[in-house]
Amino acid sequence: MASATVIGLIAVISIVGPLLSPHSHTMTNLDARLLAPSLSSWQLFGTDDLGRDVFVRTLAGTQVTLFVAFVASAVSLIIGVSYGAIAGYFGGAVDAVMMRIVDVLYALPYIFFVILLMVVFERSLLLVFVAIGAVNWLDMARIVRGQTLSLKEREFVQAARLIGVSRRSIVLRHITPNLLGTVIVYLTLTIPHAILMESFLSFLGLGVQEPDASLGTLVNAGANYLEQAPWMLLAPAILLAIMLFCFNFLGDGLRDLADPRKHK
Amino acid sequence: MLRYALMRLVGAIPTLFLVVLVAFLMVRAAPGGPFDTERVLPPEVAANIERAYHLDESLPQQFQRYLFGVMRGDFGPSFRYSDYTVAELVRGAMPVSVRLGILAMILALMVGVAAGLLAALRRNTVTDRIVSAIAMTGVSIPVIVIGPLLVLFFAVQLGWLPAGWSGGRGAARWVMPVIALALPQIAFIARITRSSMIEVLESEFIRTARAQGLATASIIRYHAMKPAMLPLLSYLGPAIVGIVTGAIVVEQIFGIPGLGRLFVQGAQNRDFTLVLGLVILYATLIIVLNLIVDLLYGVIDPRVRRT
Repeated sequence: MASATVIGLIAVISIVGPLLSPHSHTMTNLDARLLAPSLSSWQLFGTDDLGRDVFVRTLAGTQVTLFVAFVASAVSLIIGVSYGAIAGYFGGAVDAVMMRIVDVLYALPYIFFVILLMVVFERSLLLVFVAIGAVNWLDMARIVRGQTLSLKEREFVQAARLIGVSRRSIVLRHITPNLLGTVIVYLTLTIPHAILMESFLSFLGLGVQEPDASLGTLVNAGANYLEQAPWMLLAPAILLAIMLFCFNFLGDGLRDLADPRKHK
Repeated sequence: MLRYALMRLVGAIPTLFLVVLVAFLMVRAAPGGPFDTERVLPPEVAANIERAYHLDESLPQQFQRYLFGVMRGDFGPSFRYSDYTVAELVRGAMPVSVRLGILAMILALMVGVAAGLLAALRRNTVTDRIVSAIAMTGVSIPVIVIGPLLVLFFAVQLGWLPAGWSGGRGAARWVMPVIALALPQIAFIARITRSSMIEVLESEFIRTARAQGLATASIIRYHAMKPAMLPLLSYLGPAIVGIVTGAIVVEQIFGIPGLGRLFVQGAQNRDFTLVLGLVILYATLIIVLNLIVDLLYGVIDPRVRRT
């Protein structure tokens, strides 16, 4: 639970922090380039190569990173849950074909297709969401399918079928809500995955574009000024690591809670 | 076993075909042509260029030409480096990347397995806690963070190692890239080794072996080692993907002239043929390596072959 608190705290600070600081994340000041952190001018983490405040930029970048991660996870959630629920509920040949497709996709190193997407089309934030979300749903689909297979044999689903509820609303009203617990657990594991992918793309200059920043672009910028301004690297790098750690810890904890085999 | 191997081999062919097809169509779906420039070309020149690159043919014809080219190892000319073909660029960049990846994999396996075993055998002691905590942290720190941090610490602050590829020579310039690439995998491998070893040590047949009075060392070596390594073997697939994608970042950070840097430069310059060729190459590499891992799994675990 501590990690959930830390994530919440980071999210709140990333939204409130920039409002409190006198600096903006896009304001450049060429007279104040690569300044060391100082308390007196309210530049807690110093300034970057264009005189922008690193503290505010880091927080703005955190906002973008979290936003991308949540939206991309939501995209993968929607695709994964509906795909898995349909395959699991209909079963038989439909299931076999749908899962075979997942198997084939599984073998593809999708990160390269995401990069290809980013190369081929105009880079935009929307594309980042879609690309990351569109490749991250495979695990979710598999888990949801497994759950649905066992749920559909349960009495309440059979009862619903017996009184003539349509297949569509059985899937939507009776099966999907019961998947919620499992889905939330795996969602907490999808989010760090999405963060990782976004920062990877942005680090390579293929994700979020200037003057906007995500933690990935900031780490990349910092890596270019290691000697003159190590604070440019340290602030976003440490924040990124803390966030990933908390999400992983939270996800692992929730998964162990949900997995009956782990209770001994 | 032969049947199993053949089935897996045949199963990989549609996947490979799909890779080439999807990648090809994605590039063709790109808005704007590769030779759209500010300057309006005379129609004869434009037609000549289109003919030279076979852009005047129909899409299926172009795909067929490309597919057969790829099978012969011909990925066409690079759009940006006009004197080079994609295959030439790849050939020049490949050795350094392959070496980097293999070194990182060896390091990750050696350190990861050793740390995992140590933690499993000293379960719930201080050693175990330390290893587990480090592994948990390592899993969470991405290569893009660990790489620059290593440079900051060992090159800029301490000055022990060269910061970039061109600044050093010999073994010194390999040290940081290999470590940066291996660290996250070490963490994953240690975690997997630890938990699977613990599971095996708690199983019935190990208890039997203990009851027969075998020494702990020989129980581990002759009875526990093989089943405990199975989960690790199935992690090798994801580990390979991790190393290959990680290498892209590491080559970028340290300025290593390998495939990853070629790929990123191609992506930034929108060099379509180069990126397309590299995507296909990377995908094939990963699919083939995964296939080998699957086959190894079949060799080691006889239960897999029968299904």
